[in-house]
Amino acid sequence: MRKIVLEKIDLLFEAISNTMSLYLPVDQNDGKAAYTKWEEGKKWSEALNTVKSPKDFFFPQTEDMMEFKVEGKNIEVIDTRKASEDFVVFGVRACDVKAFDILDKVFLVDPCDSYYATKREHGIIVAVACNKPSETCFCSAFGIDAADPKADVSAWKTENELYLQANTEKGEKLLKALENVTEEATEEKVTEQKEQIAKIMKKLPLADLDTSKFGGGKTDEFFNSPEWEELSESCLGCGTCTFVCPTCQCYDIKDFNTGNGVIRYRCWDSCMYSDFTRMAHGNNRNSQKERFRQRFMHKLVYYPENNEGIFGCVGCGRCVSRCPISMNIVKVMKNLGGKENE
Amino acid sequence: MQKITKEMLIDKATELLNNGTVSLVLGWKKGEYDYDVTPGVFESVEELKKDFVFGDFSAANLSKYLVKKTEKLEGKILVFLKPCDTYSFNQLLTEHRFDREKVYAVGVQCDGMVDIEKVKKIAGDGILSVDCNGEDIVVKTLYNDDMTIAKADVLAERCANCKSKKHVAYDELLGESGEVIDSNRFDEVEKLEKMTADERFAFWQNELSKCIRCNACRDACPACTCEKCVFNNPNSGVENKSPANSFEEKLFHIIRAYHVAGRCTDCGECSRVCPQNIPLHLLNRKFIKDINEFYGEYQAGAEVGSRAPLVDYTLNDLEPGEVFDRGDENA
Repeated sequence: MRKIVLEKIDLLFEAISNTMSLYLPVDQNDGKAAYTKWEEGKKWSEALNTVKSPKDFFFPQTEDMMEFKVEGKNIEVIDTRKASEDFVVFGVRACDVKAFDILDKVFLVDPCDSYYATKREHGIIVAVACNKPSETCFCSAFGIDAADPKADVSAWKTENELYLQANTEKGEKLLKALENVTEEATEEKVTEQKEQIAKIMKKLPLADLDTSKFGGGKTDEFFNSPEWEELSESCLGCGTCTFVCPTCQCYDIKDFNTGNGVIRYRCWDSCMYSDFTRMAHGNNRNSQKERFRQRFMHKLVYYPENNEGIFGCVGCGRCVSRCPISMNIVKVMKNLGGKENE
Repeated sequence: MQKITKEMLIDKATELLNNGTVSLVLGWKKGEYDYDVTPGVFESVEELKKDFVFGDFSAANLSKYLVKKTEKLEGKILVFLKPCDTYSFNQLLTEHRFDREKVYAVGVQCDGMVDIEKVKKIAGDGILSVDCNGEDIVVKTLYNDDMTIAKADVLAERCANCKSKKHVAYDELLGESGEVIDSNRFDEVEKLEKMTADERFAFWQNELSKCIRCNACRDACPACTCEKCVFNNPNSGVENKSPANSFEEKLFHIIRAYHVAGRCTDCGECSRVCPQNIPLHLLNRKFIKDINEFYGEYQAGAEVGSRAPLVDYTLNDLEPGEVFDRGDENA
């Protein structure tokens, strides 16, 4: 285990930046944190988490896939994929780290998504434990330990120091390269910190959120639940929940007419939108209730059904704090399955 | 001024349900915390007693829901409207978006809504309870001592710059209806006007580059009630799910601002719901300010059926050339 005093944290950032791009949460002018490329003067945010999740690094909101140039009767297909270079995403929370696993199960299975895979290969994740989780956090419901995030490097911020522990080959390589700015450390302080966080986790209002009623094979049980009507009645049909969600993975492929050709790109799509998965025959989900149900059934039933029981939610709480009408997966879970939580 | 409590609203709704005036109630439902209130429909007194809330977090403007909720409704729906919501209500009626006969509107006195983000900035994260009691707010958190905050310090932007405490539409009032306020709501617009064109471009470039195109601004906007928005219509030529480039990023917001110009009542829902905190209301306020200056004071939704300056013609109207001549200086 290595450590660095927080006063000198910029030295760590500088050392990383000397060899590759470093991204970390930085406060924006509205006081909210967003992942930003580090350069001198940028300060690591004190915020618990960013408004947008770090899934952008591997699955950007828009991404060019290929280009077509048209000349007379010829169409030239241009591969726009760029060689990716190693980069570091620093300060990722345990929930968001787990979200990468969930995305991996979608994008890295056969047929592997090369756009995603390349970036995933080159990305090095430094995860940091959460000292002060929010009332909107419920990662523990999905078996995630906010005190012990598992990424290429795990980190803990104590009062004066940052402790770093490598978990993978990539992580070891990174810490090796940072030996000049860090020093050898023992685990005492980290153990203390973990205990401290564990105590807080128990006090969170959503600490006892029950997931046991959900999972694969529950489609029949929940699909026609009468509660969907009420839960979805004031849903605006906007895409906020899907776009701030670290695990939502649906995308659409579009063509952009450049005048003498086409740029084919993909962009995030939302099951909340009326034209989501629209087909030649029309739409398969015509009401907001059906679209709303799809989102939550996907996370709580369909995804676990196809992925050894793993839920498609990590309890980051972004939808809880950002939904314009304050409807979210917690309210859905409590009303559909776990009334005893109340 | 008397304090309006949720019990008063529940009593009113109970009375109207029981005497058969209405069959449904459109109001606010309590959430997981004290601040995450959800708009909702209540069908019975039991439901009202269980979940109905009203307070400093009943920020959502319910008027737009009337379009959908009255569509197939037989009988009447009760809707509670804060003063600013009544302007949206009137504007929707002006545009024939719902049948007034199907609605029983109860105007509710409003003392301003609280922005939980502002509360968190002062009290910190890990909110356990927020107790709003008149002028003061008591906040309990996981990490800090209990804190008493002045409500005035955590008012939502639109409430700090409240344009009117007057209810411009209602069948019945709970509490008092106030007056139109000479607010400072154009101050921020003036700051933007004083910038050079380049500075202003940079300002909006920075703000709009944060947009994630979730469409929450559009979907919450009471002026955006098109059955099919051009941005969702594959045949419109501008349909897109996310901006393909920075030009399209701005295109969406500028087209939207133009489309609601003269119809926007400045209810502020767009900025309230934006997950990225983009001050979208400033685009609309610029239009409102210009319309006021070019064509005389006009407040959308102040009355039903008014002819908005942009869809009306008078001989005194400004010539487009005069607008153009103002150029950069006061663009």
